[in-house]
Amino acid sequence: MDRVFKALADASRRSLLDDLFREPGQTLGALAARLDMTRQAVSQHLSVLEAANLIATVRRGREKLHYMNPVPIHEAHARWIAKFERPRLDALADLKQRLEGDRDDKA
Amino acid sequence: MTKPSYVYVTYIVTTPQKVWNAITDETLSARYWQRANVSDWQVGSTWAHKFPDKPADLVGEVLEVDPPRRLVLSWAYPSQAHDPQKVSCVAFDIEELGEKVRLTVSHTGLDDSNLLDISEGWPAVLSNLKTLLETGQTIPDAFSGIHRKPKG
Repeated sequence: MDRVFKALADASRRSLLDDLFREPGQTLGALAARLDMTRQAVSQHLSVLEAANLIATVRRGREKLHYMNPVPIHEAHARWIAKFERPRLDALADLKQRLEGDRDDKA
Repeated sequence: MTKPSYVYVTYIVTTPQKVWNAITDETLSARYWQRANVSDWQVGSTWAHKFPDKPADLVGEVLEVDPPRRLVLSWAYPSQAHDPQKVSCVAFDIEELGEKVRLTVSHTGLDDSNLLDISEGWPAVLSNLKTLLETGQTIPDAFSGIHRKPKG
């Protein structure tokens, strides 16, 4: 999990992920051209992202295609964010029950 | 090789056989994936993703079987299964890496209107599978806010 947050703590790497989300399956060359970075810079950022499992790669012939892999972000979401949504969902359920209860009382 | 629409990877502290069983066993798959995967897992057989005693929510054909390393399925909503444009393909690749397993799910040939649904669905399935195999538990409300329905 450290690697995920370290990899995300960089604006260029976040841009790379945004770009791969918009257009999955890009090569190193395509990413470098679109993001106005040197191939070397993009290559270094991609290896940090790959080590954090934030990108997945597929070989197609001589090309290496890059995909954003949202699974580690989902795990972080499940661990730190989803549990805070629970009280809100409970509160909504309570509210629904109360309001529907009121209507029943008046009926 | 066609370029996959999406590729998802998760690393799980387990064995390839346990990952294979989790994908292909009816009872186990229902624990982390809501619905069960039902098939006899022979090449050419049908495959269904369904709740017990309900019509299937996803259907397809078993295209490749190499336990416990690789499973390839065609993948469609039942109402669209007749339309080749709407049938996509999912490959599960299971690799042993020391004490971990790398599970790669490649989804190829997704029709645009199905992309968002699927892209929302897989991360929840895979992180729930990882949690189940590593802890014996599943994530509460893993699928809250995610609905899988055909569009258009």
